[in-house]
Amino acid sequence: MKYVTGLTCRECGETHPLVPQAACDECFGPLELAYDYPAIAAEISRDSIAAGPTSIWRYDKLLPSPNEGRIDLGAGWTPLREAPRLAAELGLKKLWLKFEGTNPTHSFKDRVVTVALSVARSLGYEVAACASTGNLANSVAAHAAASGMKSRVFIPVDLEAAKIAGTTVFGGDVIGVTGSYDDVNRLCTELASERRWAFVNVNFRPFYSEGSKTLAFEVVEQLGWRSPDAVVIPVASGSLLTKFAKGLEELTKVRLIEGEATALHGAQAQGCSPVATAFEQGATEVTPVKPRTIAKSLAIGNPGDGYHALKEVRSRDGSVTAVAEPRVAEGIKLLARTEGIFTETAGGVTVATLEQLVRDGRIAPDQETVALITGIGLKTIEALGEVRPTAIVRASVEEVTDVLGEE
Amino acid sequence: MSVTVKVPTQLRSITGGAAEISGNGGRLTEVIDDLEGRYPGLRKKLLDETGQLRRFVNIYLGEEDVRFLGGLSTEIDDGKTLAIIPAVAGGAM
Repeated sequence: MKYVTGLTCRECGETHPLVPQAACDECFGPLELAYDYPAIAAEISRDSIAAGPTSIWRYDKLLPSPNEGRIDLGAGWTPLREAPRLAAELGLKKLWLKFEGTNPTHSFKDRVVTVALSVARSLGYEVAACASTGNLANSVAAHAAASGMKSRVFIPVDLEAAKIAGTTVFGGDVIGVTGSYDDVNRLCTELASERRWAFVNVNFRPFYSEGSKTLAFEVVEQLGWRSPDAVVIPVASGSLLTKFAKGLEELTKVRLIEGEATALHGAQAQGCSPVATAFEQGATEVTPVKPRTIAKSLAIGNPGDGYHALKEVRSRDGSVTAVAEPRVAEGIKLLARTEGIFTETAGGVTVATLEQLVRDGRIAPDQETVALITGIGLKTIEALGEVRPTAIVRASVEEVTDVLGEE
Repeated sequence: MSVTVKVPTQLRSITGGAAEISGNGGRLTEVIDDLEGRYPGLRKKLLDETGQLRRFVNIYLGEEDVRFLGGLSTEIDDGKTLAIIPAVAGGAM
């Protein structure tokens, strides 16, 4: 980790040595990795990045990158696709989709897990663990399996079947916890105090969350080293949005771009929208809620980074918006129908929120916009309700004609 | 009322390394006063300058976050467990 200088508290500025610890000893504020940006600026260039691997590790100078032994399944460098048909339907001139379904376990979580577990193994940890709403569980179990680490994954017991199957298949321990994700998270925070396990999103959180910055790096690089006017980002803990902002700022700090003025918009579903509520009320603090949403990957009622996500969207002329629960499935279908992408509930929330933002005038028609589509729909087919064919026929041309007509 | 208080690693330098301590008080605020008497410096870690629970500190009474109960005025029944947990949420986005 050549360019990492230590851990700094985001709240009180206290500095800490580089150890797996997420909360400040002084004030419990979140710890952040600090870098030697002038040294990075002197060595990084658009060309050196272009010559790197087609994974998040092309940005290794801006990540906690162990000197050897990365656990790398190829996370990142996902497509940024132009979405003209969805843009036309919504009334936007230029819309791009950053589609994370092509990651190794089909969600953006592979970005954060490759970082956290690479660091964990370099520090001698043998057990990979996490509190998860599903996507993270899949990714931790897969990366652990591929590296010979043990995995111990903790999930709310009512998760979607595909997310459970997509974890157990890798052979680690999967523990279903009765209660909500917030209960699972609390349990894992206690366990992380007692066991020498690498909880990627608890004690390894400062390393883990750095992986999310690579979404910002890729969007800007794929647009030809240009930052878009607006980005729509799903919000659960608020970490992805906060780190996307950090990524944009770092690109300026290391002089890969000459500045940006990108508006960031957070997306939530109304069944769990504590950050959107705080935004609408003009509050700086987020009041926790009990989640009751179909978008289980966004069901964090007490969002750890909600406070910072609010600060980011306000300083960047953005918003946090919540959409009604039925619009989640509508968003999934709208994206599928117009662009041929099948996303999960979090993506449905993002698309429905984008639609709302354009309708409300918070995103203007001529603003070049990027929507983060963070995972695939096959993991959350329950959200579509009952699914069946358009019609059921015998193998007969006449019967097909009866149903679909002569054309 | 006597309660068991679970202490996170960040606060164990104040509790002499103890992971569990006991406290007394009818309400959470009184329990914190009681603990401060025996473990000076603890209150400052839990409460900010205005006397409110710090933003990144969660305290649970049994299974429930005290923010869903009465906050610092939450009534504490005898024999319950209080857990002090740093707020590091985020398995999802």
